[in-house]
Amino acid sequence: MAAPGEAAIRVHGLSKSFGQVQAVRAIGFDVSQGEIFGLVGPDGAGKTTTMRMLAAVLQPDEGEIVIDGVDVAAEPELAKLHLSYMPQRFGLYEDLTVSENIFFYAELFGVSRSERMSRSERLLSAAGLLSFRRRLAGQLSGGMKQKLGLVCALIHTPKVLLLDEPTTGVDPVSRRDFWAILYDLRESGVTIVLSTAYMDEAERCSRLALLHGGAIRHCDTPSRLKESMPGALLAIPAADPRGMRDALVGKPGVLGVLLMGDRVHVRVDDAAKRIPELHALLEGHGFPGAVIEPTEPGIEDVFVALLGQGSAS
Amino acid sequence: MFERLSVMLMKEFVQLRRDRWSMFRLIVPLFIQMIVFGYAATFTVHHVATAVLDLDQSRASRSLISHFVATSRFDIVDVARNQRRITSDINNDKAAIAIVIHAGFSRDLENGRSAPLQVIVDGTNSNTALIALGYISQIAAQFSAEWAGRAAPVRAGPAVPAAGIALQPLPWFNEGLNERWFFIPGVIGTLTLLQVVSLTAFAVVREREVGTLEQIMVSPIRPFEFILGKTVPFFLIGFGDIALVSLFGILWFHVPFIGSPWVMLAGASLFLMAAVGMGLLLSTFSRTQQQAFALNFFLLNPFFILSGFAFPIASMPKVLQWFTLINPLRYFLVVIRAVFLKGVGIEVLWPQLLAMALLATVMLTVSVLRFTKSLD
Repeated sequence: MAAPGEAAIRVHGLSKSFGQVQAVRAIGFDVSQGEIFGLVGPDGAGKTTTMRMLAAVLQPDEGEIVIDGVDVAAEPELAKLHLSYMPQRFGLYEDLTVSENIFFYAELFGVSRSERMSRSERLLSAAGLLSFRRRLAGQLSGGMKQKLGLVCALIHTPKVLLLDEPTTGVDPVSRRDFWAILYDLRESGVTIVLSTAYMDEAERCSRLALLHGGAIRHCDTPSRLKESMPGALLAIPAADPRGMRDALVGKPGVLGVLLMGDRVHVRVDDAAKRIPELHALLEGHGFPGAVIEPTEPGIEDVFVALLGQGSAS
Repeated sequence: MFERLSVMLMKEFVQLRRDRWSMFRLIVPLFIQMIVFGYAATFTVHHVATAVLDLDQSRASRSLISHFVATSRFDIVDVARNQRRITSDINNDKAAIAIVIHAGFSRDLENGRSAPLQVIVDGTNSNTALIALGYISQIAAQFSAEWAGRAAPVRAGPAVPAAGIALQPLPWFNEGLNERWFFIPGVIGTLTLLQVVSLTAFAVVREREVGTLEQIMVSPIRPFEFILGKTVPFFLIGFGDIALVSLFGILWFHVPFIGSPWVMLAGASLFLMAAVGMGLLLSTFSRTQQQAFALNFFLLNPFFILSGFAFPIASMPKVLQWFTLINPLRYFLVVIRAVFLKGVGIEVLWPQLLAMALLATVMLTVSVLRFTKSLD
C-alpha cells in the first residue's frame, strides 16, 4: 500500500443512496500514483455510482474523496482540472468533426492552442485516428468513437483518469489500441481507475476492488486475489459441459462449478483427496475417462468464488 | 469563464451552421405562418351563403331583400318557396343563414307597427353566426330608418324628428379597424415564443440525452456558464425573428410602426429572457427529447390561448385570468401592439415590462437551480 502522502486518490467512507436504494455503502480505498485500479462487479454493484462521485458529477451522501490532494466535495472545479472522466458512452457531438470535438474539450479545460495541436496530434496517432480528423464524429464506428472519447478525455493531460467500462461494445483491435494508450499513460505517471465487466481486462489492472451490493468485498492485486481463493481449482474438458456441471454441483467437497467454454472449472476443498472421487463420480454419470487436472484460477474463478455465487453459467 | 463561454457559443453556432436545414427551419415557417395569419386570420364575414323565404311578396319585402343583396356580405344562394326548403338548406350546409319574411310584413309596416323579421342561423359556427347577425341587424335598422323617412310625409301632422342616439364610431390607433393591424403584432410575439421556447428546451435536452451534458459537467465549466452558452444563441435567434418578422409585417402588410424602436427592444429583450427561461425550465423536467416535445405541446397552446392574442382576457373565468399573469406573452402582446399602433412609451408600458422582468428572473433562477439538481 502506498503511504498516505503518495496516494493519488483517497476514498473514505463513501456512501450514496437513491431513494430507498443504497447504491454505495461506506466504501474506501487508496490508489497510488501510476496504478491502474480496477473496479469489478456485476451490474448494479455500484461501479458507475462510485465513478460519478469520483468525477465530482454526483454528490456523495457521506464520505470523503481526495484526488491529488484536492477535496473533491469542497472544490469540485479545482478537482476537475486534474481529473478526467469517461462514462460508458462518451458524450461526443456527432455533428462536429473529430478535430472540432477535441478543440471543444480542450478549450473547456483551458488548454493553450499550441499545446492542443501537439497533444491532439500525438493522441490521434496513438488512437489510429489521424486520417479521420475531418470526419464527423457521428460517422465513426463504435470503437473509433470510444477512442475519440479517450482522446478528448486526455487532451488536458489529467493526472487521474476515470474510465467507466470504457471498452464495452468495442471491437478487439480498438480495444488493443485502447489498452496500449492506457499503458503509455501509466508509464507517464497517470493514475487510472477503471470499471470493467471483462475479466481479461480486470487481469491487466495493478489492483482490483471486487464490488458487490454497493460494498467492496475484496481489494488486492489480481495475483494475491487468486491466492486468496479458498480451495483448489480443477479443469475438466467436456463434450457436454452443462451435463457435467449438473453432475458435479452440490457433491461432497465441491465448492463451486463454473462453465468455461468447452471445459468445466470445479473448485474443491482438497485437490489430492477429491480427484479420485470425482473420477468415480463422473464415471457413474456417463463421463468415463474424464481428464481432471489442477489449473491456475483466472480472475473470473476468483470473482465467483469470493463473491460466493456457488455456480454461475 | 469568458473562454469557456465563448467556446460554448462557438460550438453552438458551428452546429447551427452545419445543420443545412437549420436556417430554413428557423425562418421559413415564420414567414409562412405570418402570411397565413395576415391573409386568413380575419373575423370579417363575407359572402355568407343565405337562403331567403319571402312569404309576403310585397314591395317592402323585396326592398329589404335587395338591401341584403347590395352588400357583399351575403350571397343569396336560394330563394325558397316554403319553410321546409329553408330547413333543408340549413341542414345540408347549403346556407348558413336563412331570412324569413312572414306574410303581413308590409301591412305591419304600413300600419306603423313593428314588423317581425325571422332570421335562422347555423349556430355550429357561432362566431360567423354572431358576426352575421350583427350585420343583419345593421341592415334591418338601416332599412327601417329609410322606411320611416319615406313614410313620414304621408303621416298627418308636423314632422317629429326621431329621437335617438346617433353613434359616431371613431376608433383610435386603427381608424379602419383593420384586423391585420391587430393580428400581425400578435403573431410576431406568439411565433417567437413558440420557436424560442422549443428550441431552447430541445437543445438542452439533446445534450442530456446524448450524454454530452455529463461530459461537459466533468470539465471545470460551471452550470451557469453552460446555461448561458446554451441560451444566448436562442436569445439572439429570437431577436432575429422579431426583427425580421416585424419588418415583413411593416413592409408587406403595411402595419404602421409608430412607437419607439428602443421600447420595442426593451420589451423584446425581457420577453426573450422569459422565453429562454421557460424553455430551460421545460428542459429540466424532461430526460428525453420526446418528453420535451410532449411537454412543449401540452404547454404552448394554453399559453397561446391565455395570452389575449385573440380571446379577451377580461372575459375569461377568474382562475384562468390568474393563470395569464404568469404568461410572458400576455405582457409582450400589450407592449408590441402598443409600440406598433399606439406609439406609447415606457411611461405607459412599465407595468408590462416590469412583469416580464420579474417572470424572466423567476424562471431563469428556478431553472438554474433545478438544472444543477437535475445533473445528479
